[in-house]
Amino acid sequence: MEKILNVKDLHVSFKTYGGEVQAVRGVDFHLEKGETLAIVGESGCGKSVTSNSIMRLIPSPPGKITKGSISYRGQDLTQATEKQMRKIRGLDISMIFQDPMTALNPTLTIGSQLIEGLLQHKPVSKKEAKLKALRMMDLVGIPNPEERMKQYPHQFSGGMRQRIVIAMALICDPDLLIADEPTTALDVTIQAQILELFERIQEKTGVSIILITHDLGVVAKIADRIAVMYAGKIIEVGTKREIFYNPQHPYTQGLLKSVPRLDLREDTLIPIEGTPPDLFAPPEGCPFTARCPFAMEVCDKIYPFHSKLTATHNVECWLQDERGKRVAASAIASK
Amino acid sequence: MLQYIVKRFLMMIITLLIIVTLTFILMHSVPGSPFNEERGTNATIQANLEAHYHLDEPLYVQYFIYLKSIVTFDFGPSIKQPTSSVNDLLSRGFPISLELGLVSITVAIISGILLGIIAALRHNGMIDYIAMTIAVLGISIPNFILATQLIQTFAVYFKILPAATWSSPMHMILPTLALATGPMAIIARLTRSSMLEVLTQDYIKMAKAKGLSPVKIVFKHALKNALMPVVTILGTLLAGILTGTFVLEQIFAIPGMGKYFVESINTRDYPVIMGTTVFYSAFLILMLFLVDVVYGLLDPRIKLHTKEGES
Repeated sequence: MEKILNVKDLHVSFKTYGGEVQAVRGVDFHLEKGETLAIVGESGCGKSVTSNSIMRLIPSPPGKITKGSISYRGQDLTQATEKQMRKIRGLDISMIFQDPMTALNPTLTIGSQLIEGLLQHKPVSKKEAKLKALRMMDLVGIPNPEERMKQYPHQFSGGMRQRIVIAMALICDPDLLIADEPTTALDVTIQAQILELFERIQEKTGVSIILITHDLGVVAKIADRIAVMYAGKIIEVGTKREIFYNPQHPYTQGLLKSVPRLDLREDTLIPIEGTPPDLFAPPEGCPFTARCPFAMEVCDKIYPFHSKLTATHNVECWLQDERGKRVAASAIASK
Repeated sequence: MLQYIVKRFLMMIITLLIIVTLTFILMHSVPGSPFNEERGTNATIQANLEAHYHLDEPLYVQYFIYLKSIVTFDFGPSIKQPTSSVNDLLSRGFPISLELGLVSITVAIISGILLGIIAALRHNGMIDYIAMTIAVLGISIPNFILATQLIQTFAVYFKILPAATWSSPMHMILPTLALATGPMAIIARLTRSSMLEVLTQDYIKMAKAKGLSPVKIVFKHALKNALMPVVTILGTLLAGILTGTFVLEQIFAIPGMGKYFVESINTRDYPVIMGTTVFYSAFLILMLFLVDVVYGLLDPRIKLHTKEGES
């Protein structure tokens, strides 16, 4: 498998009047061609900042990539000039935003918004661009595309708009699609349709997808691998199966337990108690210590090492440290 | 659309009728008449003059005579300048006033929008502060003060521009500057603030994510949305420019309509007062209508026609 994206030790911080917010504090992950990586975590954990950093779309100032590298097909995007980035955006790496109601310009027709990316990047005539746009609209499942091209965003429903946004992102046949909470603003029945659309598109085009979400249901449906983020760090990463059936970090376990289930008779939700740490002054040790039911003395002082459980499953937790006594995960979970 | 235009035109006629009536009432409630100067005119001559201009008729008769003259677009002769009719005065003065007004509003719109965009793109930078300082000054200084200051500086002190009259493009510079600065400042501030808001919208981020150039993002994606509030106040600004011409035409001795308007009130030249008022009002009402049409062109969500059960 070919690695198309490799993020190493990424640090991003924002300078504010209150001080420096360290939103991303050393993130490592990679993406293989044609796979879907989901980055999950609660609000403010740095998942959106990470994805915006790949596109170099964090507002700067105040935001800044302070350390680390993002290598896309061998090119370090953190070092690329704005002009080089403009060539990559939309052509090689595309992005889909959370709210389709606001992601489309209300004063331009759908058609002109669809083709402008293509006209920007490829030497095609307006007519060819239009044909391609019609094909894309067909691919994302919009009926009578010819007529719809001339309409404005307010004439579309939320689900239809998200399909347009997806068509827009895919029109230059990018290698990598970053979807930042693509279904959060949609209602549940539409969510399922959009997720199926993602699967179908990936099958047809072989595009790699980074899916940013806080919704584990979405992840279960389309992700190949899952990275769990907490307080600006990836604390556990593994295949979908490993994360769902064998979660090792207490935070991941808490996250999975907090999902409401229809098949259990309990009617109370199980939250993770407490709140995430203040990223103005992140703790030296593991940021989850204060909320962790298994916290030890070491957790508070030193950040845990990287523990490799399988070839694909990594976790950053003292409980899983290679030098410690092996305890079955089930024994921990049942405590 | 057609239905909307017909409706608007009916509304415009009613508005105009109200303006005409109010002006008529106000005009006749001001003491004095065109003829009672301290000249000691013979009483018989006075009576003859009044009879000639129907001033001896009851007011409601005069009112209907007047309405008839509006409908037939014949405003009658000027009382003070019997050689020319009101229509003559209008056709002589209006092109000049229109030229002054149009040049000024064009200058104000273009420079105001550009200044606003630059200030928004350099938000909180040096250029932003300079642009906004100019804007605050422009709003605060009344145009007649600015006009006299401009004459003093450029015509009297440096002697590089003519001080008055309206005969060559050089003559247009100072009056245009004086008239355009205020509206320009308002447009600049408004463009800046709405531009700043638009630039944070998701669709701008989306446009960036498509790899579009900054120029395309600003002019294709941001500007059209940012101009909505500017178009909204354009009607008010037009009215401001219009009243501005009254004053500035006096200061710069420009033979436009504003000059006749002010003179006619001083001398109680009833036909000229009515003629210029009706003409100005009709013009302004038409402009406001055009502004509404532009609104619909800029934002497709605004529909100019409303059908039952449709929003």
